[in-house]
Amino acid sequence: MSAVPPVGLRPPPRQAAARMNSTADLRRFQRLMTHAVVRPLAAGDRLQARWIDGRPMAQVAAGFIKPNDRLTAFERLEIYNRMYWFRLIGCFHEDNPALRALLGERRFGRLARAYLAKYPSRSFTLRNLCSRLEQFIGEEPRWTAPRTALALAVARFEWAQTVAFDGEARPALTTDDLADTAPARLRVGLQPYLSLLTLEYPVDDYVLAVKKRSALRSEASNAVDPAGPAARRRKAVAPPRRGRTFLAVHRHTNRLYYKRLGRAELLILQALRAGRPVGRAVASGGRRVRPDQVQDWFATWMKLGWLCRRQ
Amino acid sequence: MPANRFNGQTEYGIGLGLRVPHYRHILEKKPVVDWFEIISENFMVDGGRPLEVLDRILEQYQVVQHGVSMYFGSADKPDRAHLRKLKTLVKRTKTPWLSDHLCWGSVDGTYTHDLLPMPYTFAAARRTAEKIRQIRDYLEVPICVENVSSYAEFHVSEMTEWEFLSEVVELADCGILLDVNNIYVSSKNHGFDPYDYVNGVPADRVGQMHVAGHTKFEKYILDTHDHPVLDPVWKLYAHATRRCGVTATLLEWDDRIPSFDEVHDEALKANAFIDGAKGAAKAARRAVRAP
Repeated sequence: MSAVPPVGLRPPPRQAAARMNSTADLRRFQRLMTHAVVRPLAAGDRLQARWIDGRPMAQVAAGFIKPNDRLTAFERLEIYNRMYWFRLIGCFHEDNPALRALLGERRFGRLARAYLAKYPSRSFTLRNLCSRLEQFIGEEPRWTAPRTALALAVARFEWAQTVAFDGEARPALTTDDLADTAPARLRVGLQPYLSLLTLEYPVDDYVLAVKKRSALRSEASNAVDPAGPAARRRKAVAPPRRGRTFLAVHRHTNRLYYKRLGRAELLILQALRAGRPVGRAVASGGRRVRPDQVQDWFATWMKLGWLCRRQ
Repeated sequence: MPANRFNGQTEYGIGLGLRVPHYRHILEKKPVVDWFEIISENFMVDGGRPLEVLDRILEQYQVVQHGVSMYFGSADKPDRAHLRKLKTLVKRTKTPWLSDHLCWGSVDGTYTHDLLPMPYTFAAARRTAEKIRQIRDYLEVPICVENVSSYAEFHVSEMTEWEFLSEVVELADCGILLDVNNIYVSSKNHGFDPYDYVNGVPADRVGQMHVAGHTKFEKYILDTHDHPVLDPVWKLYAHATRRCGVTATLLEWDDRIPSFDEVHDEALKANAFIDGAKGAAKAARRAVRAP
């Protein structure tokens, strides 16, 4: 894992300059320390003993960090290295409870470290920490094998929840907005916080079951489980069976919801999002779609505030 | 300095950090609090519940923004998208001043989400001050920079931390958010006298103070914000208020957060030291007037 260079971070200098005379010197210094801070932890959550080029880490650390009477340069650097990983892994755990339940603690932990080693944060906010998790699972399926397809579905679903939680909302479309333009020319937008997902597993049910299970566990957290660890393992939520599922992940009155969609509904919504006029979008739902169905769907989408003006 | 140009000429009193576990209590009970400090990044979002909560808080309370990721000390240029979002939030909250840390934490667009200590060099001070000026000019709001707690020092440093802080704020012509807990933590980790630090910064630039709890380990102290404020920190705070004047003060409690009332009671302990500082100032004025 340590051999994977973090995506987006330029290579570190061999050593920090003895003097700092310019912003370029400052940047080189910061590049060196960032590589040290984001370097994956070794066994026992320690700073790795070797630097990227094989030199002893203690030597590299001593090259730019002062020791004091209690801590070596290595130990001082290790404080930052550990804080970095504990903070980001904690955030990764919070954002992916269902993926964690699916993979189990150990494999989930390995996935978290591998993902963060390859894709350190590129955003000022930790909210976006898992924005490339789906991509990573696709690129490196070994961390989730043999449940990679399901893990992908769960990761997409959990990221969609992040988007739904605080994604942008535009003024919802009103019936007046619709009345003035013929369907053949009318184009509408979908709320940016709304995600339309085609998944190979019914992960919505699975996530609900995981949440229910953790809520129950949390309520009983002060009680001793007389059945022991083996029984607790048996109670784990069973992974869902494969089955294509169309989902909308959204929010309503600032609460998160997910809604199952039919295939025709999904196709129409996707066509609207792609910018097709309403008439053509409806046609993309297929010939079997009845006008009264379309009317009901649009009424529901309007009620949920999914439709907005295009920008 | 009770009110100055670095805190928007305000006299805000004792504030609390706005934290999720207290949302319900605050919104339902509407406790009397001088002001709330929000973490800017938590509300630099495009919609949803965070902004709904913020708007309800803004209806009732004075709010000041405190950031954790502007990284004034990073060599990278300020991120335009970040600044745009921050300015949108500044307009929403009408924060009279804005604070962030005298630190770095990103390079080449990669973020560590940590408050990493600066190398205390003149080149770094110039670059940092230049960025603070650019950001202040764009945001059009006074800026106070906060000293961070640290666990490492660098060979390349050319001055003490308080000399570096002073150099930066003079060059940038900005204010200081003096975190007395961070001074105490760093003094123990690096072996300096925390009173030298407080005495070494330009008192007239202090626009706000922070107090917080920390955790002692065998070989170092960690700035954990998960405890009540310890006595040595209160004593240092008392000294800082006497030297810099009574200014907006905030208690930080970010982990293992107890009930709202417990946090508020802890913050209000600052009043005793504020009264002491006011009394000392009054006595000093009387002494000057006496023939």
